[in-house]
Order: sequence, then structure tokens, then C-alpha cells
Amino acid sequence: MDKIKIRKGLDIHLKGAPSKSIESFEPSLCAIKPGDFIGVIPKMHVAEGDNVKVGSVLFHDKNNENIVFTSPLSGNVKAVVRGEKRAILEVVIESDGNNDAIDFGSVETFPETSLSTLSRDELIDKMLRSGVWPMIRQRPFSTIANPNDNPKHIFVSMFDTAPLAPDNDFIIENTMVETFQETSLQMGINVLAQLTDGNVFINVAANSSTCIDTINRVYTALSNNEHVNNIVITEFSGPHPAGNIGTQINPISPINKGETVWYCYLQDVIAIGKLFLTGKYDSTRIIATTGSAVKNPHYYKTRIGANITPILDIEENSRVISGNVLTGTNITNDNFLCFHDTQVTVIPEGNKYKLFGWLRPVFKRFTDTNTNGDTRPYIMTGDFEKVFPFDIYPMQLIKACIIKDIDQMEELGIYEVDAEDFALCEVIDPSKTPIQKIIREGLEFIRKETK
Amino acid sequence: MMGLRDYIDKIKPNFEQGGKYAKFHSTFEAFETFLYTPNRVTSNGAHIRNYVDMKRSLIYVVFALIPCFLFGTWNIGYQHFLSLGENVTFWHTFSYGLLKIIPIYLISYIVGLAIEFTFAEIRHEEVNEGYFVTGFLIPLIMPVDVPLWMLALAVAFAVIIGKEVFGGSGMNIVNPALLARAFLFFSYPSKMTGDSVWIAEKADAYSGATPLGTIFNGGTINDLPSLSELFIGTIPGSIGETSKIAILIGGLFLIINGIASLRIILATFAGAIAMSLFFDIPFYYHVLMGGFMFGTIFMATDPVTAAQTNIGKLIYGFLIGAIAILIRMANPGYPEGMMLAILLLNVFAPLIDWCVVGANIRKRKKRWRATERSAK
Repeated sequence: MDKIKIRKGLDIHLKGAPSKSIESFEPSLCAIKPGDFIGVIPKMHVAEGDNVKVGSVLFHDKNNENIVFTSPLSGNVKAVVRGEKRAILEVVIESDGNNDAIDFGSVETFPETSLSTLSRDELIDKMLRSGVWPMIRQRPFSTIANPNDNPKHIFVSMFDTAPLAPDNDFIIENTMVETFQETSLQMGINVLAQLTDGNVFINVAANSSTCIDTINRVYTALSNNEHVNNIVITEFSGPHPAGNIGTQINPISPINKGETVWYCYLQDVIAIGKLFLTGKYDSTRIIATTGSAVKNPHYYKTRIGANITPILDIEENSRVISGNVLTGTNITNDNFLCFHDTQVTVIPEGNKYKLFGWLRPVFKRFTDTNTNGDTRPYIMTGDFEKVFPFDIYPMQLIKACIIKDIDQMEELGIYEVDAEDFALCEVIDPSKTPIQKIIREGLEFIRKETK
Repeated sequence: MMGLRDYIDKIKPNFEQGGKYAKFHSTFEAFETFLYTPNRVTSNGAHIRNYVDMKRSLIYVVFALIPCFLFGTWNIGYQHFLSLGENVTFWHTFSYGLLKIIPIYLISYIVGLAIEFTFAEIRHEEVNEGYFVTGFLIPLIMPVDVPLWMLALAVAFAVIIGKEVFGGSGMNIVNPALLARAFLFFSYPSKMTGDSVWIAEKADAYSGATPLGTIFNGGTINDLPSLSELFIGTIPGSIGETSKIAILIGGLFLIINGIASLRIILATFAGAIAMSLFFDIPFYYHVLMGGFMFGTIFMATDPVTAAQTNIGKLIYGFLIGAIAILIRMANPGYPEGMMLAILLLNVFAPLIDWCVVGANIRKRKKRWRATERSAK
């Protein structure tokens, strides 16, 4: 097992880590939000009032009609929420409580034989039709993987180092007791291994013993299979962003111009595995509620896109974030989880004036959402480098993105990074510039120019 | 204090667009945010932000300069009464210094801030905090006897030509405070060099030479004040530069708070040590004489005008140290070389960074080509 130590970064310690208890929460409402997927233009398959099952197609992407987004619940389409220029913001499903699911057909003989009876195209086809495909994303650009590509490698991050992130060791301990779940993980990795001519890199945290034990058992089981010889397990240690996929790709196989890699996370792999084991789209997600403004933060077994209003006991004037405080989405208005997120963070809003706030001594570094200052030109230097574990000059790349110079962006390594890799730079930036937005716009500019 | 906040909220609409005093929006905004950090919350990207903003970063530099300011003020009085041969109390000495230094500070801030506020209003931008620091630095690198009208001219030149024409704080090529000094140095050399400008109202018979002046006029280290005097700072010189203790206290504060780059400081010392091996005066005299230490800690580390890459900072600092000593020892024209060395490297810093970043780019392109070849 390879070991990689990430030396630069920053662990941000916030109040409100989830306690180690888990509860089941069946949501009565779920929403799939096209905005969770970069570049997706939705084309609706259903209308308000239509009945759907788990796995029924709600909409597809106009750029690639094979990429469909399916319902996480059975019930009916309660609302198709539109915003400016009639853009579809949310497709809301109301549960009928039955969880009837469409059967996409299972692989009966697992685990004795492999998936060898199915071709790569058949695997992809089943993943596309069932709606698990959007769980696999690609770098560069973090768009949904293009099923026509042959990725250089596939990366799976088995841990999360973001502030208050859910502990995947706890999730594995509490869900893997059913051996079925471990079999799903094994099946999922087996499927991923068929999707690339390169390797499947499974990245684990050096201090997560449960995860390492589990993945070693899966590895041993898969090594008996002659079709699966491209699994590589790597141990990572160090501060955040060690758990970010970009941080992990970079030291293993940095992305060159023109290359594509795919990536996903632990619970995505399990969902993919379950699809092939049971033939059904599994929309279960284990999430953690976290943050100083939520009472009794802990874990829930719920569903993708769940409306979490019933389980949120929060303080007034606080912000509900789907995801973590670095990269998450503000969902205070409607409390629908975003598609990829396994964490909810609630922190106080910082909409207060502070007398001589810039002069006061500070004892708690991170408490609320106040910007703690105004936007300024870049003056300080050398700060970003301390929290940015890439062989890239962050300030120079940010400036290249601001002026939208594609040549410079490429030369400075834009394909190796994504907006989330700059989240820590943004947090510590004394000039208070929107760095993640700048990088995202730079990437989108290239994506559109080179399409 | 809520009364003050209410009052600000009440008068605020007058300064917004369409209000009575809309053209003073930037000025109002500057004073409001000086009193209160805004209630603005994050609206995209990360939901939390560090407590450090530009105001805090820059006010830390001013804090770090306070020991130099206090010692410099006292030393103005001390040198004055020493030259007269009078023995007076500490408070008498210090208040004499205050009377000398306050007009210099008033001119520095009134002229500089007036220009800054005007440019901010014209550009409809927020007033930048950069002049906080520049305005505090300029008096400290002046001789005490600088005529105030010259100072005003120098400040105006430095702020307009050195900074605003490039777009304001963060965009300038050379350090504006040093530019103010360089402006006077070349325009009015008789007021910036020699033996008569460093002591306020000096008795004529008393030699007011700085240590570097002594060396420049053919002196050896035997003619210099003792090392401890050089270190403590009871010597003639620019107002803030003489006490190395005060400078080190400020430097330590900046390094602990991550404002000044330790890389640049250490590299500058290394450059000075390396270059002084070629000349008679040992390096420990060089670092204690003149503006070397003040320049290293407060000027060379100015993040806007220094090299921005970590490797670039080492090269930049080393060259400043080396060239400063080279000018001191080998140049027939000026006794001090620190100002010119920093200004020279300010100009070359972007080139240094360009080379450093270029190496990273070449490495990346080499990797691209290697994978392209293996794919074929």
C-alpha cells in the first residue's frame, strides 16, 4: 500500500461535530436540483402530478440525452420549481411511503463469478438508465463523467477532511454490519474497475482503521478475480484538503492537458454496487448534521435530495448549508440536500456590525458567516502557498483566471485543480476575493471555448 | 455605543447613490468601516472567512513600527541635547522629539490621505488602507531636519506617481515610502545627505555624521560608535532607523503574525553577509549601520513590491542584501545603499517571479509531452 503525506493545508476546527449515533429518517419530500450538476441543461420527462417510482426518469441532460436523473422516491411529482428565464431549479417528489422501485435487472451469480458476462457498454448503459451515473464525475471541470470517454484512471476518495465532515469509519461500522453492504462496496469497485483501462485508485485515510480493514478485505476478495487487476489502494495523511479528490489525484497522476479522470466517493460506490446486486436504484444516503447552530448534531440514514426540515432543530438567524462550510451550498430557503452531499452544516449568520472589529483581539477564529472585511486588491503574498498542496502557483493561476487567458491558465495547471481545491485560499484570503468563483468561471470559460 | 451605530445608519442614506452627499460615498464608507466592520456575510464560495482582512494586516505593520517611532522620537531629542552638551530629563528629551516629529507626521498623513481619498472618490472605489502604513513609514526614513514643504512634495510624488497612476494599493511597482525618500534624495541631495541634516538644530561645532557617513569619508571601524551604541540606536540617522532593538521587536511581531516574510528577511541578511566578505567592514557592522535593518524588515518585505513566489523571495532578498553592501562599499557617490538596492530589486521582482513561475510551467509542459509520446 502506497503512503502519501500531504504537508500543506489547514484543519479548521468548528463547534458541532456529529455525535456517534445514527437514526433513520425517511423524507416525505425529496428534490433533484439540476444546479447541482455543472453544465447540465435539463429536459423534463415528467410533469407535476405524474406518478414516479424509485428510478423513474425525471429529466435528462440536453447535452447528452443518455444522462438521466431519476427519482429517489416513489410517489408523485409535487412541483417543478422554476427560476429566472424559466430555468428549472428543483424537481420536487412527494413520497407515497412505499419505495416501489424499478427493476433494472441484477447480476444473479455474484459473487462467485465476475461481471465478465456484461460488456463495458452494458455496464455503463445500466448505470445510465438507473440514474446512478451522475454520481461519477470527471476532472477537469467536475462535470458528470462523459460515458463516451475512456478515463485515464478512476479515483475514489474514502474519507473527508473538510470541517466537521462525517466520519466514514463510523458510517462503515454502522452500515457494513450487514455483510450485504460490504458486498455492495466490492461490487461497486468491481464495476468501476471495468470502466477504465487505467487503474482504480482507492484512497483511504491513514488513521481510519475500519475503512482500511474493510477495503483490504474487499481487495483480497477481488484479487481472486482475473478481470480485476487494476485496483490500487493509497493511504493519505495530513491536514485538509487531504480528503479532496484533487489533492489525491495530483501526487498519484496529475492531469495533463487533454486527459480525463473520473472520480466518486464511498457512498456512490456502494450505490453502484447495489444497483448491480439488486437491480434497483438505491437512493439511501447516510448524512451528518453538524455545526454550532444545530442542536444534537448526529448521523441520519436518509435519501438523496431529502428535505431535512423535520430533523433540523436549529437556532434563529442561522444558515443551513448542504455540504461543508468550505464548498457547501446555502439551502436555508428550502432545506433540500444537494445531490452529492453527505453533510449538513448549520452555522450562525454573521450579519452584525462590530465596533473596531478589525482591531479587536480574536480568540475564536471561525464562528459565523461574516466576511470580516471588504474586498481589496491582492496585497499579501505567500499565504495561499501554506494551505495549497499542489505544485502550482495559486495567486498566478487565480490572476490568469481573472483575465481569462486560456494559454496562461493551462500553463499554470488549471486542469489539475477545481474550485474546491481553492476553498482554503478563499477562507484565509485577507483581500476577501471570491476565489472559488473566479476558478469556477475560469474552468467554465475553458470548457465552453474548447467544446 | 449603539447610539453611534444608530446615528451612522441614520445619515448613511445621504451618502448612497442619489443622496445629498453621494460624491463623498468613498469617504463615508472609509470612516464607517473604520469604526465598524461591516455586517456583510459570505454570499458565494466558502461560508466562513478568516478574521484577518486588509485593515488588520496593515494596522499590524503600524503596530510593529511603534517601537521605532517611540525610540526615534526620543532620539531626536537626545541627539539635539547631546550636540549642545546639555543634560536634560527623559521627558524633556522626549517632548522635544515629539515637537519635531508631529509636524512631519501631520504633513505625511494630510497630504497622502487627501490624495488617496480624492482618487477613491474619482474611481468610485473604497478607500484603501495602504496609506496607513506608507504614511507611518515615510517620516521614519526621513532626516529630522527635512523641510516640511519638501516632505509634502515628496509624499505627493510618491502617492501619485508611485501608486495611483498604477491603479492604487496592490498595483504599484516600487515601494511608495522609499520612492518619497528617493525623490528627495535626488532632488534635494543637500537636505538628505551630509553631516548636518541628521540632528535637529545641531550645534555647529558638533559632528553630526552618521556611521555610514564616517565610513564614506574614509573612516575605519575604529572611528565608529561602539557596537552596542549601534545596536541600541543612540546615534544620528533617519528618524526610525537607528534603534535595532526597536526594529527587531517590530520585526518579531510581524513575523509571528505572518505579515512579513521571514524568507525575505533571512535572504537579505545572507546576501549582506556574503557580499561583505569581499570588503573590509565586517557584516555585523553593516547590518547595524544605516538603514539596513529597517529596510530589510519594513521595506524589502512589502508584499506588493517584493517577489511573490517563495523561491523568488529568496533570490530577491539575497540580491537586496548583496547590492546594498556593494553600493555602500564600492560606489563613490553615496554612503548608503539600502534604499537604492530595494528600489532596484522592486523593479526586478516581477522578472524574478517570471523566471520562477516559468520553471514550473516548463516542468508541466515537459510532463505533457512525455505522456503524449508514451500515448503514441
